[in-house]
Amino acid sequence: MTWSEMSPLLWEATGQTAVMVGWSTLFTVLFGLPLGVCLAGTDRGGLFPAPAVRRVLGLVVNVGRSLPFIVLMIAVIPLTRVLTGTTIGTTAAVVPLTIGAAPFFARLVETALREVGRDVVQAAEAMGAGRVTIVTRVLLPEALPGLVAGLTVTVVTLVSYSAMAGVIGGGGLGDLAVRYGYQRFETTLMVVTVVVLVVVVQLAQTLGDAVARRLSHR
Amino acid sequence: MITVTGLRKAYGDVVALDGVDLHVGRGKVFGVLGRSGAGKSTLLRCVNLLERPDEGVVTVDGRELTTLGAADLRRARQRIGMIHQHFALLSSRTVAGNVAFPLEVMGVGRAARARRVAELLDLVGLADRAGAYPAQLSGGQKQRVGIARALAAEPSVLLSDEATSALDPATTQSILALLRRLNRELGLTILLITHEMDVIKAVCDSAAIMSDGRIAEAGSLPGLLATPGSRLAAELFPLPPAEPGTVTVALAADETLLSRLARTYDVDVAVVGGAVEQVAGAPAGRLRLRITGAGAAAALAGLRERGLLVEEAA
Repeated sequence: MTWSEMSPLLWEATGQTAVMVGWSTLFTVLFGLPLGVCLAGTDRGGLFPAPAVRRVLGLVVNVGRSLPFIVLMIAVIPLTRVLTGTTIGTTAAVVPLTIGAAPFFARLVETALREVGRDVVQAAEAMGAGRVTIVTRVLLPEALPGLVAGLTVTVVTLVSYSAMAGVIGGGGLGDLAVRYGYQRFETTLMVVTVVVLVVVVQLAQTLGDAVARRLSHR
Repeated sequence: MITVTGLRKAYGDVVALDGVDLHVGRGKVFGVLGRSGAGKSTLLRCVNLLERPDEGVVTVDGRELTTLGAADLRRARQRIGMIHQHFALLSSRTVAGNVAFPLEVMGVGRAARARRVAELLDLVGLADRAGAYPAQLSGGQKQRVGIARALAAEPSVLLSDEATSALDPATTQSILALLRRLNRELGLTILLITHEMDVIKAVCDSAAIMSDGRIAEAGSLPGLLATPGSRLAAELFPLPPAEPGTVTVALAADETLLSRLARTYDVDVAVVGGAVEQVAGAPAGRLRLRITGAGAAAALAGLRERGLLVEEAA
C-alpha cells in the first residue's frame, strides 16, 4: 500500500475517531460530573449525606464499569436506537462510549472532590454559604486540577474504547487497523495506525497535564 | 454577646460537651484553654452551629441560633467570623479572591466587593499581596488573609479555632497583636480556643479552662489571679510551693502595689518569688512576698480586704 493510498483512509479514520471521542467526551462530562458530585456529596460526612442514594448510585456506576466495553456496546443497542434512530455508524457509537466512560469519569470526579480539604468546606459553611454555593464555588474550583487530570485519563480511555466501535460500524483508527492491518495483512498501515494512535494519546495526555499544572496553585 | 447555656453534645459514647455554660460580654476577648479532647473545639463549633448540640441554647448578638431554620442560620453565620488553625483558604483563589468570597456569598456587588477587599487587606497589612495565591504566602500571612476574610462581612463576633497553633512564636505574637488591635478598634468580640497559655495572657480579658467536656473554671483574668486555689491562675502564673511565713498576692492593673503597701503600713516587703507578665498590655501576675515589721498584720488585713491575698503560708 502506498502512502497516497493510505493517506485518505487515515484521514477519514482519524476524523471518525475525533468525532466519536469529541462528542462522547462532551456527554461524559455532562453526565459524569453531576454523578461524581452526587457520589461524593451523598457519602457520610458529605454535603448532603444520603447513604441509600449513594448505595444505588454506587451500584449503577459499578455495573457500568464492570462490563467489558465490547459487551456494553452490544447490550445498549436498543437504547442507541431510541436515542439516535440508528444502531450503526459513528453517531451511534457515541451512546455506548458515553455510557462506558461516564461512570468511570464519575469515580474520578468523586476522588478529586474528596481531595478538597474538609476544613475549607467547613470554613465556607461557617461563612453562611449554602450547598449549591459550596459545590460551585468551593468544591469544583478547588478540585479543578484533579478534574482536568481525570478528564485526560477519560479521553485516553475513550480513544481506546473507540477502537472497538468498528464492531457497530463506527469506523475510526482502531477499525482501520483491524480491517486493513489485520484482515488484509497491510503491515505498513498497521504500523502507521499504531503510530497515529500513540501520537493522539500522547498529545491528549500532554495537553491535559499542562492545563492541570496551570490551574493548580497548591 | 455570646451566651451558651446547658450545652451537651455526645458522639456515640464519647461525651464532648457535658453541660457547658458560657457568657462573653460585648467587646471582650474570651479564651478557652484546654488539652486536646477537652471539648473546646466542639464548644467553639457549637457557637456557629457547625456542630449541632444535642441540648442547650446558643445566643449570639441577641439571636437564639439554636431555633433558627437553615436559611436564617446561614444569614446569622455571615455575621459571625471564624478563623482556623490551618487557615482553610481556597487554594484556587488569590488573596483578594479569598477575602471576597464571603462577600460573594452575601451577594455584594462587584464594585463594592473590590472596595471592601482593598480596605480589609489594608487593615491586615497585606495590600501588596492581593494577587498572590495562598501557596505563595507564609503561615502568618495566610492567617492574616483568614482574618481579613473573617471580617469581610463586618461581623460582631470572631471565633478563633487555635488560630496561632500552626505558627512560630514570633508570628503568633504578631497575629495576637492584630487580634487585640481589631478588638480595640472595631469593638470586636472574640471567643478563642487554644492550648497555649501565652495566647490567653497576650489577648484575653477573661478565660475559662475546660476538661472532660466541662468548664472547670471561668472568670476575668484579674479575678482569677485573686482567686485562691484557682487552677487557671496557677497554670498561667506558676509559682513554686510556698515557704512558711510568705504570702502570695495578686498583681493586676496595679503596678505600684508594693511601694504603697510599704508606705501605708510601714512594713518591709521582700519579693521571694513571682510570675509577672504583660497581660493584655498591662503587667499582671502573682507575687510571693515576705512582709515584716510592726504593721505586717494590718498590711495582710488590708490585702485581704481588697481581695488580693491569694495564699498565706503559716
